[in-house]
Amino acid sequence: MLTDRSKQVVRKEMTWAEKAYLPAIFSGMMITFSHIFKKKATIKYPEQKRPIAPIYRGQHVLKRDEAGAERCTACGLCAVACPAEAITMVAEERKKGEENLYREEKYASMYEINMLRCIFCGLCEEACPKEAIFLTDRLVPSTFERADFIYGKSKLVETIDNPIDVSVRQTQKVLEFKEDKKHKHNRTFLDKINTIIQRH
Amino acid sequence: MEPIIFKAIVVGLIFSITLLVATYSTYAERKVSALMQDRVGPNRAGPFGLLQPIADAVKMFMKEELIPSVSNRWLFVLGPCISMLTALMAGVVIPWGGPITIGEQTFDFQIVDLNVGILFLFGVASLGVYGIMIGGWASNNKFSLLGAIRASSQMISYEIAMGLAIIALVMTTGTLSLKEIVNQQDAAYCNFVYQPLGCLIFIICAFAETNRAPFDLAECETELIGGYHTEYSSMKLGFYLFAEYINMFISSAVIACFYFGGYNFPFQHSLGIDGNWLSIIQFFVLFGKIVFFIFFFMWVRWTIPRFRYDQLMNLGWKGLLPLAIANIFVTGIVMWVNGDIN
Repeated sequence: MLTDRSKQVVRKEMTWAEKAYLPAIFSGMMITFSHIFKKKATIKYPEQKRPIAPIYRGQHVLKRDEAGAERCTACGLCAVACPAEAITMVAEERKKGEENLYREEKYASMYEINMLRCIFCGLCEEACPKEAIFLTDRLVPSTFERADFIYGKSKLVETIDNPIDVSVRQTQKVLEFKEDKKHKHNRTFLDKINTIIQRH
Repeated sequence: MEPIIFKAIVVGLIFSITLLVATYSTYAERKVSALMQDRVGPNRAGPFGLLQPIADAVKMFMKEELIPSVSNRWLFVLGPCISMLTALMAGVVIPWGGPITIGEQTFDFQIVDLNVGILFLFGVASLGVYGIMIGGWASNNKFSLLGAIRASSQMISYEIAMGLAIIALVMTTGTLSLKEIVNQQDAAYCNFVYQPLGCLIFIICAFAETNRAPFDLAECETELIGGYHTEYSSMKLGFYLFAEYINMFISSAVIACFYFGGYNFPFQHSLGIDGNWLSIIQFFVLFGKIVFFIFFFMWVRWTIPRFRYDQLMNLGWKGLLPLAIANIFVTGIVMWVNGDIN
């Protein structure tokens, strides 16, 4: 025996009360009646929401920097890191006079995340070298069309007046981890060459 | 007021009340099942989801109506019509309240007081199975036919036990008129006290007659994908489903009238009101009883699983039938000992 939970099956003859069904039915009905007054297991979703962890990985946000310019430089690392291949982007060069809009010389003219493909693993956030994409504690609302789940920049980039707080998950420990050069994915090209030279 | 006008008003009133109650039974069913399963239930259409039945009806009307090309077109349309017709007909003989006085005249709050009311009820109730049989047969579909066969054999099996349970009741009351039966329960205790076993058999058979769980073998979704109404869509399906709820309403009214005093309630004559006001209160008392039994129907449905077919037949023929016969014997002996019969 692997556990001590197994029970011997008893195949005893039913008593008269059991054969008459009614006592069993009556006790069953008492059980269902008592459930009327129990706490409901379901909630009225759009009005009520279940509490979620503060570090919940929900809908993405594309952050702006302190001056209000988009941080994303369309390097494509998030798209490469994405295991579900949910991220698509088109890069474009920043023109003169757009410095207040985009932080780097290159920016994403189109940036789409397919929320039906996305598995909310957070690898895009980890891959991002510019601290541009973060997952937030917002739920992706349901719609009737598949096309509506492909979120473009209009839904992903935060507005200047209403910045989205991502500091809950970006604790000091996380930031240190991201900076730590011991980890493979944080090494720069120079670091990598240095380790190779040292090894030989 | 002409009696015919009063009757027309009562007919219209009962007709609309029946439909209204049946409509909101669909809502109540979903709400009761939700509450018993720890869910919230319909709550989107209107406050507390109260407009849900209207939304359902609109949905039913908007659906595409399919008549299979291999089906018998006439019978296919006739099936739901018969179901609806017989369901509505049974309410005719039920007394809904005490007499109402308008001017000099006194009217019964009942569409018609047949002196063979019980026989009429039985006739109409057994006609109801034809709707299911014709629908299942005309669909030209195995599952529908199986459902129809099950429905008809179940009806036959349970109607016998039901009839025998009623015979014991008729023995004690000595009348076939529903109004008489109800009035007798005003003077004495309600019939449940005299006929507890008969009442139990009658209620069980009423579940089987209305095709409600645990006796919903005719339409069991898991085995027969809907049984006799597999091929039906749109408002024809709506008629079948609606007829079931009307049957439930009428059955509840009949149970209340036969065994639980109908529109009578305890101490009604010591309240100091009589005449029309008492009749109106009596109507609401009967309504309360009916609502309780409708709830009871739903309560049972969401508590116990469906019977297997052989269990159903065993219960009907080996369980309820001998019990009903024994009930008649015991009733007869008690009446003979008491000197009610010579």
